[in-house]
Amino acid sequence: MREHYDVLVAGAGPAGLAAAQAAVSHGARVGLLDMQARPGGQVWRHDVRLPAAPAARQAIEALQGVKLLARHSVVTAEPSALRVETPTGSDLLSFGSLVLATGARELLLPFPGWTLPGVTGAGGLQALAKQGWPVAGKRVVIGGSGPLLLAAADTLRKHGAHVLGMHEQASAATVRSFAWQLRRWPARAAQAAGLRLRLAGVPYRCGSFVREAIGGDAVRGAVIETPHGTRQVECDLLAVGYGLVPNTELAALLGCALDEADAHPRVRVDALLRTSVANIHAAGEACGIGGLAVARIEGAMAGHMAAGDVAAASALLPRRDRERRFGALLARHFTLDPRLRELADERTLVCRCEDVALGALAGYDDARAAKLATRCGMGACQGRICGTALAELGRFPRGGARPPIFPARLATLAGLADFSPDDARRGNRP
Amino acid sequence: MSAMVRLTVNGQAVEVPAGASVAAAVAHATQRFRRSVHDAPRAPLCGMGVCFECRVSVDGVVHVRACLTPAGEGMQVITDA
Repeated sequence: MREHYDVLVAGAGPAGLAAAQAAVSHGARVGLLDMQARPGGQVWRHDVRLPAAPAARQAIEALQGVKLLARHSVVTAEPSALRVETPTGSDLLSFGSLVLATGARELLLPFPGWTLPGVTGAGGLQALAKQGWPVAGKRVVIGGSGPLLLAAADTLRKHGAHVLGMHEQASAATVRSFAWQLRRWPARAAQAAGLRLRLAGVPYRCGSFVREAIGGDAVRGAVIETPHGTRQVECDLLAVGYGLVPNTELAALLGCALDEADAHPRVRVDALLRTSVANIHAAGEACGIGGLAVARIEGAMAGHMAAGDVAAASALLPRRDRERRFGALLARHFTLDPRLRELADERTLVCRCEDVALGALAGYDDARAAKLATRCGMGACQGRICGTALAELGRFPRGGARPPIFPARLATLAGLADFSPDDARRGNRP
Repeated sequence: MSAMVRLTVNGQAVEVPAGASVAAAVAHATQRFRRSVHDAPRAPLCGMGVCFECRVSVDGVVHVRACLTPAGEGMQVITDA
């Protein structure tokens, strides 16, 4: 099946929702696709037990006139079109303009024991809990870096988890300095204060990180490094995430230039969010981690641009620039302790898909050579986890994106509209 | 409390709130979602469709990401662990 949209938006998080709303306000035919079953992305992910944030509810309710394409995974790109896989088949979605609002994923770094069941990302466990993962009564240790640790702890506690502690790798002095700088963003300062108040009983340790997960068939404890020495705690779940990295795979596939100055690439855009490819704009975390406010403003800008209204987009520039400064503040204060890059030892698996240990990668200085020799990065996640980790560890940059950007069925790649009845049963339920 | 959805995980009956993921349903039955190539048990890591550690078989279709799939009434989920 082939469908045409004047404006197609990839990603239904805050940036994509804002883009779709802005574009449809100009009368464009707008499609909004996401691989998740519901709009909201990660930060506004639907919670099976808790009410949605008012801003999230409003953004989702404002989608009248937008064609929502849930459970659509982009697998390949063609000129002015994306091939998507759905639970029941595949579609070719052609577009006049495209907005990339592909968001971010968590930076997950290897450490001994991190492959044990019960070890997740921090935002990862938050996402799982929102979807009904049982955490009530479970003892949870949270580690990593950045404000996400607090947000995750808050969600987990609301779902009944017993959060034993939050271990922020940044030093206490750095975190205090960040908190002081927050005064320039009163709304965020108030939000942070509210979070701290709700988490008043939960220890928040700075200069502290998870060194090792302990367990046999599943995690049952963690070794934690603190400024006062090493200690061990028992836990049922261990949630560790070191901040966010932009999802740039789709942009790369489309030939959009990436900014590769840091370990993790971001989509290169001009002041009005144009990528290097005509008629393709990008917004939010994909262009560099900036947070929710940036995503919403840039999404609206990109939606206006995609619908051809440069003036409406330009009017949002001052607000966007101000919010982007907050992203810079975050990046400056939560830079990673170099010791975190030494946590994995020779036997620690780096590529979880293919069970490749860090020691097996000695002597390789590029992703392709390592992949050919060891299968590192060859598995189902296509190097999203190990490639990103190895780039952060300073080993080598992640290999370039090649289609399909997610594992796909042969029928999808062959361009067939519908799977056989047997295949189509996949998830095709109310 | 919202409506509940009933499904089976490795033959065991499981009940989760409507809107919950297959991953959540599996977690009610077992912590082991799949076996790695060296036979180690694995379970979800990223929770958002990126890591593929949560893949299971749903109604006979293999390699379905449990975290991206809403639990459906009567679904039969099989883990490989």
